[in-house]
Amino acid sequence: MTERQSASGVADAAPVVLEMKGVTKTFGPVVANDDISLTLKRGEILGLLGENGAGKSTLMKILYGLYSPDKGSISIEGEEVKIKDPKDAVSRGVGMVHQHFTLIPRLTVAENIVLGAEPTKGGRVDMARATRDTEELCERYGLRVDPRSRVSDLSVGVQQRVEILKALYRSARILVLDEPTAVLTPQETEDLFSVLKELVGDGLSIILITHKLGELRGVSDNITIIRDGKVVDTVKTSDTDEGELAKLMVGREVLLRVSKEKSEVGEVRLSAADLVVKGNSGSVAVHGVSLEVKAGEILGIAGVDGNGQTELAEALAGTRVAESGAVLLDGEDITKVGANGRQRLGLAYVPEDRGTKGLVQDFSLSENNAIKTYEKAPFSSRFGWIFPKAMRRSAAENLRAYDVRPPDPDARAGSLSGGNQQKAVLARELSGDPGVIVASQPTRGVDVGAIEFIHGQLLKQREEGKAILLISLELEEVRSLSDRIIVLYNGRISGEVGPDATDEELGLLMAGRGMDESA
Amino acid sequence: MEELFGNFGQLLSSTIRNATPLIFAALGGMFSERSGVVNIGLEGLMLISAFAGVVGAFLSGSALVGLGTAMAAGLAFALIHAVMTITFEADQIISGTAINLLALGGTGFLMVEVFGSGGTSPNVQGFSAVRIPLLADIPLLGPALFNQSLLVYLMYALVPTTYFVLFKTPFGLRLRGTGESPEAVDTAGVNVFRMRYYGVALSGILAALGGAYLSMGILSAFTENMTNGRGFIALAALIFGRWHPVGAAGAALLFGFAQAFTFQAPQDVVPLEFLQMLPYVLTLIVLAGFGGRAIAPAAVGKPYRKE
Repeated sequence: MTERQSASGVADAAPVVLEMKGVTKTFGPVVANDDISLTLKRGEILGLLGENGAGKSTLMKILYGLYSPDKGSISIEGEEVKIKDPKDAVSRGVGMVHQHFTLIPRLTVAENIVLGAEPTKGGRVDMARATRDTEELCERYGLRVDPRSRVSDLSVGVQQRVEILKALYRSARILVLDEPTAVLTPQETEDLFSVLKELVGDGLSIILITHKLGELRGVSDNITIIRDGKVVDTVKTSDTDEGELAKLMVGREVLLRVSKEKSEVGEVRLSAADLVVKGNSGSVAVHGVSLEVKAGEILGIAGVDGNGQTELAEALAGTRVAESGAVLLDGEDITKVGANGRQRLGLAYVPEDRGTKGLVQDFSLSENNAIKTYEKAPFSSRFGWIFPKAMRRSAAENLRAYDVRPPDPDARAGSLSGGNQQKAVLARELSGDPGVIVASQPTRGVDVGAIEFIHGQLLKQREEGKAILLISLELEEVRSLSDRIIVLYNGRISGEVGPDATDEELGLLMAGRGMDESA
Repeated sequence: MEELFGNFGQLLSSTIRNATPLIFAALGGMFSERSGVVNIGLEGLMLISAFAGVVGAFLSGSALVGLGTAMAAGLAFALIHAVMTITFEADQIISGTAINLLALGGTGFLMVEVFGSGGTSPNVQGFSAVRIPLLADIPLLGPALFNQSLLVYLMYALVPTTYFVLFKTPFGLRLRGTGESPEAVDTAGVNVFRMRYYGVALSGILAALGGAYLSMGILSAFTENMTNGRGFIALAALIFGRWHPVGAAGAALLFGFAQAFTFQAPQDVVPLEFLQMLPYVLTLIVLAGFGGRAIAPAAVGKPYRKE
């Protein structure tokens, strides 16, 4: 396809290990893959870039035998193959690291790795050999994992290594990674990429699926961009930049960096004092966090997933009871006030999981729009019945104002794309003109176009003098929107930095470094 | 002193007898639940098999044939549960309840059809106690543990066997994986549906052994609703025993002891009805106290649907 020599030195003469030709897959009226073709050479890292719903995952599920294509062919090592199921794919040397790990938390690393392909001795699983084989693989590729530890005790980054080991144990020659960095710290991402380079050095070929523009730089040799189920282009990584990639991916010019106006910082609106919050497992997830959010500023909370962000947000929003400490809204103690009461006092909450906590999937958009205020005028009479027409009218306004597509109040919430669902949540939460906004991962799993819109809305609220707490796992997002950044590690604040902090500074804080002195 | 020991030996022997059907059923439930399928139909499976065993033994005159028909019946009805819940993704609780109702009504009806009247069936050839020489001579424990029906000895063997199968073999690893995360097992190339069918089928066969022991081990006849909630107690033992063969057997022994105590306690002091309540009250207390903290297989109760 290209005549160029790639960055990491994969010769154009390198043999093609995988060729997908004219792959088409439809789900009912939706064309997920439309005549997609791509090639992968030995020793190549190919980036597969596209927005959510562009068809990347569908294509890879076809390669892994989870879906069967309507049309098109797949050739591995020059031989045309039919892949019926994952077992077939594995026997052809295809390995896959899914976005949501397919590990069994209660089993050990070695048990997870050999599951389905167990070495046996006299009818029993030969655990000694499984452990030894795992250790050998770790050694060979510099993946540090203890085969005897239980998966539930491992960090996400290490769990990902186990997933990779699982594929290697089954002799994968083509490795597909689906959004592998979504859950990693910058350092873990670096580690992952150096492992991947080790692997291609050993003759493996890798497809890296992502919707993040920046991360392919320095890793991939080539990038294939998919939009609306079609291949838009394949470019050499070293010959392109983020702007061009964004344009190819979205189909129009995209504002990558939000321009932040200076805003008037006012009084403290929301504050937490020594907040201690327990997680679902019953153990303490937030250990005495104190913070203040002032009018007209965005306070960003950075950190790796699972360091207490969820519990902190829920304790502030009132959906989780704090063990001790206090939450203050405009100086008033609201620790004992429930979520609904806080809402009425002007605290808006965008939960991290719009699917289960933000929206009732089986309700219409109009019902979802009124779900927090249905018992008040104009949505219901004081005798207790509701006015669907008023609900629909208000929903229609909100949906239009927040560019939710389709802007149909009667559409089922679950039928919308992730980005539009998120915009619907935002529309409901911001339309009441709240003074304080707690936004937990407002752009998680949302495509570039919607991210741009949501960022714009948050900044607009900031300029209007709202106090905003933004929790995000995306460093770039925290940095570009926030006025101040707090990093959470193990439920404690490991440091506060400005928005101009470097990746390294933030990364160290996210890994808990810098706390040692104080602890 | 002698009398006390005599009583203790009797109590222990009775505990084993009462625990045996519970252990069979709990081990069965373990295979089902470890594969991810709740089986509250254990009660019905035991009842059907208890009946089928008696019918088989009655018609053939052989206890072994009776055991065979019991296991066949247990397997057949477990497969109904499997088809309903695994293939057709029906609610596992409702399907299990249906099995229980079907078993209760069906055996009542068939009693009249086969034996001409309800209530209790004619006596049949059963598995009477077999004394194991030497072992049965151990003081105190010997007579209680080693002067029992053949089925009890089978139970002794099944507890370690279940442990071995579940924790040491590829089958066990895959079965446990299926109950924890069917997606993970599926992507590893193992057939989730097949594993669940195996799990539920094994639960039917094992529950059948429990049922057969009731009607052909403890008694030699079938009585309507003779399981009397033992399937549910077995389920409680499974949960209390944290889905572990040894734990479940221990819990079943505790429940068996409560039942044995009911028969042994001085009835002139405490009303019989109150004593009979004990095993069930104990079940409630144990489940309320420990049930919440027990960790079930993560995917239990959820039908698996391939994308």
